[in-house]
Amino acid sequence: MTVEENLPPARRAGGEHRRMDSRDAGSAARDIERYAALFAQRTRVMTSSAMRDLMAITERPEVISLAGGLPDTSTFPAETLAAVMSRVAADSSARALQYGPTEGMLSTREGIARVMAAEGLDVDPGDMIVTTGGQQVIDLVCKTLLDPGDVVVAEGPTYPGAVPTLSSYQADVVQIGMDADGMRVDELEETLDRLEREGRRPKFIYTVPTFQNPAGVTLSLPRRRRLVEVAQQREIVVLEDDPYGMLRFEGERLPKLMELDGGQFVIYAGTFSKILSPGIRLGWAVAPRPLLAKLNIGAQASTLCPSSFAQLFVSAYLDTGHWEGYIDGLRDLYRERRDVMLEALAEELPPEATWTRPAGGLFVWVTLPEYLDTTDLLARALTHNVAFVPGRAAYLDGRGASEMRLNFSGSSSDDIREGVRRIGGIVREQVELYGTLTGRVVPEPHTEPEPRTDLADVLELPRRRSDDGRRDAR
Amino acid sequence: MTGARRVAVLKGGRSLERQVSLVSGGRVEDALQRLGHAATGIDVGHDLVERLREVEPDIVFVALHGEGGEDGAVQELLEALGIPYTGPPPAACAISRDKAITKHLLRDAGIPTPDFLVLSETTFKELGAAAALADIGERLGFPLVVKPARGGSAMGVRFAAAADELPGALVAAFSYDDKVVFERHVAGRELAISVLGGAALPIVEAVPHASDAYDFEARYTIGRTTFHCPAQIDAAQAAEAGELAVRVCELLGLSACARVDLLLDDEGTPWVIEANAIPGMTETSLLPQAAGAADIGFDALVERILLLAPNA
Repeated sequence: MTVEENLPPARRAGGEHRRMDSRDAGSAARDIERYAALFAQRTRVMTSSAMRDLMAITERPEVISLAGGLPDTSTFPAETLAAVMSRVAADSSARALQYGPTEGMLSTREGIARVMAAEGLDVDPGDMIVTTGGQQVIDLVCKTLLDPGDVVVAEGPTYPGAVPTLSSYQADVVQIGMDADGMRVDELEETLDRLEREGRRPKFIYTVPTFQNPAGVTLSLPRRRRLVEVAQQREIVVLEDDPYGMLRFEGERLPKLMELDGGQFVIYAGTFSKILSPGIRLGWAVAPRPLLAKLNIGAQASTLCPSSFAQLFVSAYLDTGHWEGYIDGLRDLYRERRDVMLEALAEELPPEATWTRPAGGLFVWVTLPEYLDTTDLLARALTHNVAFVPGRAAYLDGRGASEMRLNFSGSSSDDIREGVRRIGGIVREQVELYGTLTGRVVPEPHTEPEPRTDLADVLELPRRRSDDGRRDAR
Repeated sequence: MTGARRVAVLKGGRSLERQVSLVSGGRVEDALQRLGHAATGIDVGHDLVERLREVEPDIVFVALHGEGGEDGAVQELLEALGIPYTGPPPAACAISRDKAITKHLLRDAGIPTPDFLVLSETTFKELGAAAALADIGERLGFPLVVKPARGGSAMGVRFAAAADELPGALVAAFSYDDKVVFERHVAGRELAISVLGGAALPIVEAVPHASDAYDFEARYTIGRTTFHCPAQIDAAQAAEAGELAVRVCELLGLSACARVDLLLDDEGTPWVIEANAIPGMTETSLLPQAAGAADIGFDALVERILLLAPNA
């Protein structure tokens, strides 16, 4: 099926769309057998088909979707876009239309080094390749390091977009639990010991240490240090995926794993998707040279080179000097939306629910009572025109059934409030129904939840209380 | 064949089976074009009537699944507009969409269907039916299948191996409908029998991979289920099951084109589970597979369905 079929009618190019191919009209039974024999093993991705069908409906225009991971690109000034494009056209039109080096143009890599310098990092453009989005870095690392069946260690929950990538390289993914301080590094060490005993040596650890997608939590400094030590001692690569690092709403910046590692085992993945535009499709990797050379060969095989036009656009845009101000604006916008979401969650969700409180990024992770299934809940939510990502999408081992990811960057404050109100209504209804079915006493509203020790910090939650009014959302 | 016709293909919509329907509808459009008809796909939404007035179709091909398309709603609208359409009339759609009503009709007609009970959300909320859950379990026996009365494919369908699994399964099922069917679980071979023009097509047997035996999701997912068409059962059994499927379709008013799902237990009894008024037309759907096994190619199948439409 074509992508266009997924779009609501309003977003179509206009006119009745007609496919140009005229496929063989042979019997369907023959078709299936013919293709089924051709599909590679790696295409047997185990994503729930129900979930895929449900997610398709979230794209309808009347649905308030807290399911996406979209930055808000509507605040980017159109005149800046026009000016930068004109400049690319005037100064370098032939280059913009031409192939470029696989590792990316030097001017772009120098620009990326300037962006990283704004975070206090000193990176040599020679230690870097430019990629087609941060997503390609994940793909290239898998391509470079994994044979079918190789073990990859990831957070649980992990970035849902990495799941199909890891699956397509037939990775054996082992997921490590998280708490308010990010990945449980003690659990990681136990798991690595166990894997070693079983003779399964992981090739790399995939982590989003800062404002994690989907959990919204951040790996603490002690754990960052320990994770890097563990990787060095055991000689395991760490893929540090860092799309949100610059979207910090409060608190002090923590050193990146790459800084702590000093160029030994950490591959760093950055992207312009969340600080400029995901439509530009430009990301980058910083890696130790031997790894970088292999990533480069992989990139050559898959895309030849990143888009020259996009690179020149980014270089020219960075030259305007507006970019830091733009990111400041995004931070303010997303901080406000996060506050709205946290406040709405405190008002709308029943006491049995818990959620994280991100200090940056795009997502809040909600945990509902174990008897609720968020895939079924999504079906119900869609009848109320609201959507989220069911937790199962963030696991490869079937966990996450009662969890969900909510995005606050891509919707207006009003939509966030209304969306959470609708979700809260359904959750309360289902909690109550379960209480009725089990004969349990339905908990009184407005009672404080039992503190969960594993998410202690996270659970210092803003809740509506009658005595002192609304607690400060921060 | 009445020559080239203007056909509007209704697909998509806002049901949970939107995605499957888009694929079904797209393939049907392609087939209609190849057959020389003028096909226009309509993703069903608020502007449906407007779009139909623009297209002025001679006939509508209904490729909608689930709520809105398979429950008779769109068919009623087409009746009102006086436009001929493929597939069953409103009442037959509404009946087969509802597993509870379907099963009642089957049982009343003496057609074997696994023992069942139907309860609504209101019964639990207002009449204290939770206290009767143990009795339900005792009456039907575990494991039980709990499913929304009007649900699509595997959505919201759960096994409950014991009484304490019932509340969770019920909350899941009630996410899709306010009426839930408790069904005794029948272990057996899964057969799908497509009926076209009042006759049964070759039977498709779905064999889920061992580890997925209790995973409804795995059903009909390529790679997790193996399909055999024709089913590897003896000819007498196949004929009996085929006749039964035709009877079911006659009973429910689905004789033109439908799919009946049943389970063949170890004693050779075919248990009817449900009937689908608008079977899928995707690459992996069972009706096109069955038609293919009867040497009816996809285009020929589409043409047959078109010709079977009343008043067309």
